[in-house]
Amino acid sequence: MNSADIFGLVNDFLADRGIYALVLILFFLGMFGMIVCKNYLKKLMSMNIMQVSIIFFFLCFAQKEGGMIPVLDGITNDPSAYINPLPHALMLTAIVVSLGTTGVALALLMRLKDKYGTVEEDELLGRMSE
Amino acid sequence: MTIISIRPFLAVGVSLLAAFLIMFSGKRPNLRESFTVIASLIKMVLVFSMVPAVLEGDVYEYTLFNITDTVGFTLRTDAAGMLFACVSSFLYIPVAFYGIGYMRGHHEKEQTGFFAAFAVCISAAVGIALSANLLTFFVFFELLTVATYPLVFHARTEDARFSGRKYLIYTLSTGQFFLAGIGVTYYIAGTLDFKAGGFLASDMAPVAILQALFFLLVIAGAVKAGLMPIHGWLPSAMVAPTPVSALLHAVAVVKAGAFCIIRIIGYVYGPALLLELGAAQVLAYIAAATIVVSSLIAMKQDNLKRRLAYSTIGQLSYVVLGVAMLSPMGMLGAMYHIVAHAVMKITLFMCAGAVIVTAHKENISEMNGIGRKMPITFGCFTVTSLGIAGMPLVVGFISKWDILLGALEIGKPVYLAVLLASALLGLSYLMPVCYIAFFKKDESGEFAKYGEADKRMLIPICLTAVLSVVLGIAPNFGVHLYNLAEIAADAVMAGFYEPTLIVTTGFAGGVLL
Amino acid sequence: MRHLPVLIPILPLVSAMLCLVFSKINRNLGKYIVICALTASLASSVGLFVQVMRTGESVHYYMGGWQPPLGIEFVIDEMNVLILVAIATVALFVCIYSQSFFSGKPKLAESDREEANFLDRDTWLEKGGFYALYALLSAGLLGMTITGDMFNLYVFLEIASISGYGLIALGGDKSVLASFRYLLLGTIAASFYLLAVAYMYSITGTLNMADMGMLLASHKDSTNVLLAVSMLIIAFGIKMALFPLHGWQPDAYTYAHPAAAPLISGLMSKAPALAMMRYMFYIIGVDSPYVGKALTVIGFLGACGIILGSVMANAQKDFRRMLAYSSVAQIGYIAVGLSLGNAYGIIAAVFHILIHAFMKSSLFMVIGAVRYRYDEVMIDKFGGLNKHLPLTTVTLVIAALSMVGIPPTGGFFSKWYIIMGSLESGHYFYLVVLIISSLLNAVYFFRVLETVFVNKDAELTEIRPAGPWKFELPLSMLVPIVLFGIIIIAIGVLNAPIAADVLSLGLPEVLAI
Repeated sequence: MNSADIFGLVNDFLADRGIYALVLILFFLGMFGMIVCKNYLKKLMSMNIMQVSIIFFFLCFAQKEGGMIPVLDGITNDPSAYINPLPHALMLTAIVVSLGTTGVALALLMRLKDKYGTVEEDELLGRMSE
Repeated sequence: MTIISIRPFLAVGVSLLAAFLIMFSGKRPNLRESFTVIASLIKMVLVFSMVPAVLEGDVYEYTLFNITDTVGFTLRTDAAGMLFACVSSFLYIPVAFYGIGYMRGHHEKEQTGFFAAFAVCISAAVGIALSANLLTFFVFFELLTVATYPLVFHARTEDARFSGRKYLIYTLSTGQFFLAGIGVTYYIAGTLDFKAGGFLASDMAPVAILQALFFLLVIAGAVKAGLMPIHGWLPSAMVAPTPVSALLHAVAVVKAGAFCIIRIIGYVYGPALLLELGAAQVLAYIAAATIVVSSLIAMKQDNLKRRLAYSTIGQLSYVVLGVAMLSPMGMLGAMYHIVAHAVMKITLFMCAGAVIVTAHKENISEMNGIGRKMPITFGCFTVTSLGIAGMPLVVGFISKWDILLGALEIGKPVYLAVLLASALLGLSYLMPVCYIAFFKKDESGEFAKYGEADKRMLIPICLTAVLSVVLGIAPNFGVHLYNLAEIAADAVMAGFYEPTLIVTTGFAGGVLL
Repeated sequence: MRHLPVLIPILPLVSAMLCLVFSKINRNLGKYIVICALTASLASSVGLFVQVMRTGESVHYYMGGWQPPLGIEFVIDEMNVLILVAIATVALFVCIYSQSFFSGKPKLAESDREEANFLDRDTWLEKGGFYALYALLSAGLLGMTITGDMFNLYVFLEIASISGYGLIALGGDKSVLASFRYLLLGTIAASFYLLAVAYMYSITGTLNMADMGMLLASHKDSTNVLLAVSMLIIAFGIKMALFPLHGWQPDAYTYAHPAAAPLISGLMSKAPALAMMRYMFYIIGVDSPYVGKALTVIGFLGACGIILGSVMANAQKDFRRMLAYSSVAQIGYIAVGLSLGNAYGIIAAVFHILIHAFMKSSLFMVIGAVRYRYDEVMIDKFGGLNKHLPLTTVTLVIAALSMVGIPPTGGFFSKWYIIMGSLESGHYFYLVVLIISSLLNAVYFFRVLETVFVNKDAELTEIRPAGPWKFELPLSMLVPIVLFGIIIIAIGVLNAPIAADVLSLGLPEVLAI
């Protein structure tokens, strides 16, 4: 197998599935951050990254080649010409939900910061057990 | 003929209702005690009113509701059940009076909870007696376990706490085995209804499974009956107030255990299947060993109640042995021994309690000469002691004689030897008490100021002592308990041995003795 | 009548909005609106229950009149209608129960006030906010139970979760961290759920559950299903606190606001458990090879949870935390029931969801009552509790016995159905687990009961007065507590109709008996 073949394979993969690989990387990046980061704010940010990756995922598989935005323009009446609008609609809801979650989380972090003066996990646990 | 009647449920329910009322009348002791007494009387009337029909071969049956999707919550008055129900509901009355006298005389605390739990226990015992299937049986069995627990820890001392724990560990853990066993039984047989002669058959499951299942089912009963390696809770539970020891540890709880074994052997497995499996043999050996060992231990106990507790362990093993021998006479003797032992042991415990309340003595070695101050109490004690040892004219003789005949019937001299030895041992651990009480000199003179026990305690004692003599002379006195036992034993053993064989071997055995 | 199904989640949802507005006008007005809305929800659920039982058909409601594959559908069938009624009941009565926590200042020393572990400030925002969140949580749980749309389930799940984070955080300082951790894990769960939906959606193009079930029939062994199933396990595993994904749960239950803890602990893990059952048995179906494997995993995790949860519960000194770990074990029962994959297993799981909702809520109401009067949560301070709070103690005893599984309380029967199911499917392993777990449960619950009844009376400082007419608590607290005690027994007694006439009619077709 020469280098051109490998290049071709990679190219195909990226063109075909590449975006999913990126979404996957994003997802695990988020998970990784939530597990590893000791700062609660960073954990929250990682959580947002993870949520965004899922939104991307939905949007990606809703795409199709040559699809139009799903707006009925009176010219094209063929449904297969439009991309699937449902995942987009779903993700609008999901974005709202993630916004709500983030808001609650930030409020909680403010309370923690007020009370203990830190959002670092180790320090916080130390001060709580005092 | 089956009579559809709710009467069995009323008999069970009346003391549950009483328990409820007792809980809410804690502030007025007289009202509370009158609930106890009224409930006990109504209960006895209800139970006894069903006896004539049962003697004629009818059964009362009622399904209140379905306990699970396929098994009914059913009570059924077959002869064996009636026997046990009569004993528990009748003995509830003297103990109720005695308990009132004891608890007040002793100034116990928490009497409301005590009487309520007591009433629940009796309900559970009658429920156990009348259950028509294994799951209903289990419901009442667990109810009895839970309701007895507050009675055991009643004193609220460290001792009582540990006894309570011990009791729970023994009974709850084996209860779970029992439950698993019931599940398996239902799975392989598709039914749980008791049937005289058993509903399991050898083609339902491999032999090894049936054998294992037998022990799974029997172990809960064995613990409650105090069979020997697993008897530990019974002597410890003697920290409970004496009426509890009297009724529960001579009648309700331990008899429920023995009755459980009767049900499993006679009504779930059936003698024929067990003979094939050989599982009952093991149980019989354990029971025989228990009889001897417990009598030996009893001799060493100085605390009177503990001595009686070990005596209970031994006597209960008579029942287990009688059933597990799988002989018709043995079955009859075992059933009747439930009655006999209940009447006798309850008297002994009540005497012990009377001594505790009147003279504040628990140890035998401190009872020098007390019998002369309390002649009636110790007179009754002596009579029933003789009965426990198996002397004729007292009720203990009849059941033991039947069990002896049973041992002859199946031709096992080992059991015969055990039974005879235990009679001697029984004499040797109970007679010294009488001797000390009557003939040793009260050197310190501390009993001079004490008299006979309170009447509320004395009358029940006399009643049961007289009863044990009367039943010893006429075993069918009253509600024909001996006939009930015969009907039950015949039903279980039907077609198992040839009747003529029974008569001849029985007769030969009698002559031999 | 036609619009009953939609009223169930919508009314609490609307009342949540109105609650804050009206609380600004009058502090109690918002609360009354929420109570009215929940009462109406309960009434409509009962109406639906009657309708489903009478017609024998499931009720379908199309949101906005859009037919299923496009619009959102609500489905009420025999499987979820009882859970629906249970959730509505618990939500209403816990709401009534919670009122007293917001009226009247507790008599706390100034130093204790700093450490008081929940907020009791009586401003309009706190009170209105609490009830708004409460109504949202109820709406989310009710919606989750009846929705027939996969994405709608996500929305209700998040409504319930976000309001749950808020209610947990109201419990005081430690609860904020507990709530934040739950938030992180809960979001992971929600994300996994969305991914699972995405995988299934991408091969069928529908979000309606019934439609998905039909379309998936030809894709039973596609990789997407494998991925979806494994992600569903993680998602619902976290939400229902299935071992080992239960990390958030002990802290959250322990530190939640005492007025909301009964609802949170009783229901928040149950609705996801029901959803899990829907996915495994109705949408994907047991005939998919992956579901079979998934069930094995769930069962194994459940069994581990049962044992380890019980062991951890034994080690706790804080009653709330003990209950929290016991929840891990109880969720294990549900998981084991599901994993058996036969009719009895599903009945056991749903029955346990039902009974456990009431048991856990009533136990948390009991501890809430103790905190209300004495601000105490440690088990060793419970000595003599029966004298201070007699009726509450009765409920404590009933609920504890039910947790252990003593008949005739409800807890026994879910055990019985699990035993039946495990024998039927040949998983004898679960039988052993069940026995061990019952014993461990008995150890920690009887430890509590022993402390209550045997220990010396603990010194408790009263921070709030007793209720009127010599009742131990305000009637708004006492009535729900006593009622739940009765319901626990009632469910146990009525288990046969529940299992045979309701649940078994809603079984998936492949398993119908």
